[in-house]
Amino acid sequence: MKRRAELGIAFLLLGAAACAVMFLVVYALGWPHMTQYLGLCLGAALALLAAALILTSAKLFPADAEEVVEDYPPTEHPMDQHEADQVLSDAGGRFTRKRLLGGAATAAGAALGAALLAPAASFGPFLDTKSFYYSPWRRDRRLVDEDGEPLRAAEIETETFYTAYPENAYREELAAPLVVVRLEPGELEMPAGRKGWTPEGIVAYSKICTHAGCAIALYRTPRFGAAEPGPALVCPCHYSTFDPARGAEVTFGPAGRPLPQLPLLVDSKGDLRAAGEFSGPVGPAFWGVRTRRPSSS
Amino acid sequence: MIRRTVRFLDQRSGAAPLLRKTLRYAFPDHWSFLLGEVALYAFIVLVATGVYLTFFFEPSTATTTYHGSYAPLHGVQASKAYVSVLNISFDVKAGLLIRQTHHWAADVFIAAIVLHLIRVFFTGAYRKPRELTYVIGVLMLFMALLEGYLGYSLVDDLLSGMGLAIGYGVGLSIPFVGANLMLLIFGHPFPGSPDFWSRMYIAHVLIFPLLIGGLLTAHLALVASRHHTQFERKRAPSQRKLIGLPAFPAQAPRSLGLLAAVAAALVLLGGLVQINPIWLWGPYHVSQGTNGAQPDWYLGWLIGALRLVPHFDVVVWNRTLIPNPFWGGILFPAVVMGALLAWPWVEQRATGDRRFHNVVQRPREAPARTAIGAGFLTWVVMIFMAGASDRMLVWLGIGYMSQIWFYRVAIWIVPFLVGFLTWRLCLGLMAMEEVEAEQGRAEEEAEIAGSTSGIH
Repeated sequence: MKRRAELGIAFLLLGAAACAVMFLVVYALGWPHMTQYLGLCLGAALALLAAALILTSAKLFPADAEEVVEDYPPTEHPMDQHEADQVLSDAGGRFTRKRLLGGAATAAGAALGAALLAPAASFGPFLDTKSFYYSPWRRDRRLVDEDGEPLRAAEIETETFYTAYPENAYREELAAPLVVVRLEPGELEMPAGRKGWTPEGIVAYSKICTHAGCAIALYRTPRFGAAEPGPALVCPCHYSTFDPARGAEVTFGPAGRPLPQLPLLVDSKGDLRAAGEFSGPVGPAFWGVRTRRPSSS
Repeated sequence: MIRRTVRFLDQRSGAAPLLRKTLRYAFPDHWSFLLGEVALYAFIVLVATGVYLTFFFEPSTATTTYHGSYAPLHGVQASKAYVSVLNISFDVKAGLLIRQTHHWAADVFIAAIVLHLIRVFFTGAYRKPRELTYVIGVLMLFMALLEGYLGYSLVDDLLSGMGLAIGYGVGLSIPFVGANLMLLIFGHPFPGSPDFWSRMYIAHVLIFPLLIGGLLTAHLALVASRHHTQFERKRAPSQRKLIGLPAFPAQAPRSLGLLAAVAAALVLLGGLVQINPIWLWGPYHVSQGTNGAQPDWYLGWLIGALRLVPHFDVVVWNRTLIPNPFWGGILFPAVVMGALLAWPWVEQRATGDRRFHNVVQRPREAPARTAIGAGFLTWVVMIFMAGASDRMLVWLGIGYMSQIWFYRVAIWIVPFLVGFLTWRLCLGLMAMEEVEAEQGRAEEEAEIAGSTSGIH
């Protein structure tokens, strides 16, 4: 019985060795689909090794025969506790001017701690929250597409969306990308004070969700008649849903404020340009962020 | 030979008493006690594969052009980080195997920790004197979550960039200090300064692994010094005597076998089951996103929480004070972590039970704990499922908005129902056992009566 088990274990171990050699061969030859063969060979080698070990434990060291009874360690050691307590409190007794030394040590600890932590402030300009308000968009800056070609008003179609970038500006920051859509001018119900921001019914919003900073990558347009809800810009991360016809107000999902809108104008060549700055700060909100553009700027 | 080695080592280290004790250390034999071990072995695989990956990965956002052997991305401009991971996947022999094994190991690592936590909770294994072991375990779980998040954020593919943006948005939402904190960590408003990648890298490959490794050592040292818990055994007074398999020779092949089995499963997954094919997502750009974006499973509960919160910011005088992601991204995990950490002491207060416990319970033996645990678990799992609502829309065609509205209400009702039903179930099971024991006693008595009457 035991001899047969040992034979089985040896067999499994040799199988593991064979699979490991196969792994070496596949690795050396570099077959196509190598990842699958490598994984299969190495995985099989490890699985056979596991089987050999489990057979060893089951046949040679069966649980019922090997069990031992052991005392749990004592729950506590009162004598040692007492001695440690003595040593610790005796040391305290050597000091006579405890309040003075305590105060001085606290001062040293606090100052030294502050000094040691201070270089962490170099990690970033953490007091300069003005940088969150930076935007490359200002009046007359042209909207360009991914290849840097100007976006022409006449080429903007309905029922699809366009991603636009500021011409000659860095694109990898939250305030750069825009989402541009064309709606029927009659559908638009823009908030007060945004008259003339939407030439020919073309509207532009920051492409960055005001919830958690993902890009608004979905545009839902009603293609199936009046029963469908109206057009909506949707963030694919947490499905915040914005109504482009109503100043991108939030209609569903977690975003707490509308997408900032960029006023547009069409220049004499028919290209789209910014007609001013965003209606509010771009990107996820933080403590104290203004929900609307300050009236002064 | 062995004797000479032992003697040599003992004379130089004095370790023979420790060695003798270690070899005879007893492990109680129960399948559910293996879950923690699975986590440990997944961690070993993570470290081994992770070290290999660092020899090739380049933690830099500097732009470069891809010229590797994956033709569809030829000529694409991307960060060195992303391109180096493409190279690991396509041009380093066995690179993709190691990378995918690493990713699978992370998913299994956290799954094993969660299952281990569930086992420890529902059997009361965390009770005095093992509260610290438990607290360290919970801390490791949350560190492992962060570590995993950092790991897939480093790759700089489209999904990892979206995940980072969400992390940034959630960080910004911390009341009062969020903006300052994010400037410190990122060095600049999103996507941050180039330094940020160095920070993320060193955090992922050194700081967090050291923290997790240190806590792991403390966890195991505490387990060993207080010894394992065990289920009630008839052979000996279970509270004082531990019955189990000695580390050597019985437990060693079992443990090593489990290590080999875990490694085998992870390597087979890594070789045969594709995970995170970053060449399909493409490099990240601030202006891009993709639909159906799902993180690794262990962040699903946070996605769910972020998606469930209705649309509002706390705004006072035209200034946002508490932005929306705070509720789902900060408060919710803080509540879960706080509840888990506080539980041993909450239970001690509520039950007044401050005795030492070496014997674990079956869930039915503590109906109140089991009911509260089941309700809490239901709450978290439902929020997790809300995070998969978009998948359900695709698979089952149930409207996304209706699902969200359902969860917004149901997560406040169903956990209580589940808790109540669990409580009744526990009481019922206990009563049934009582009846069976009664019957058993009666039968025994009848048998004894029968046999005695037979003698007469």
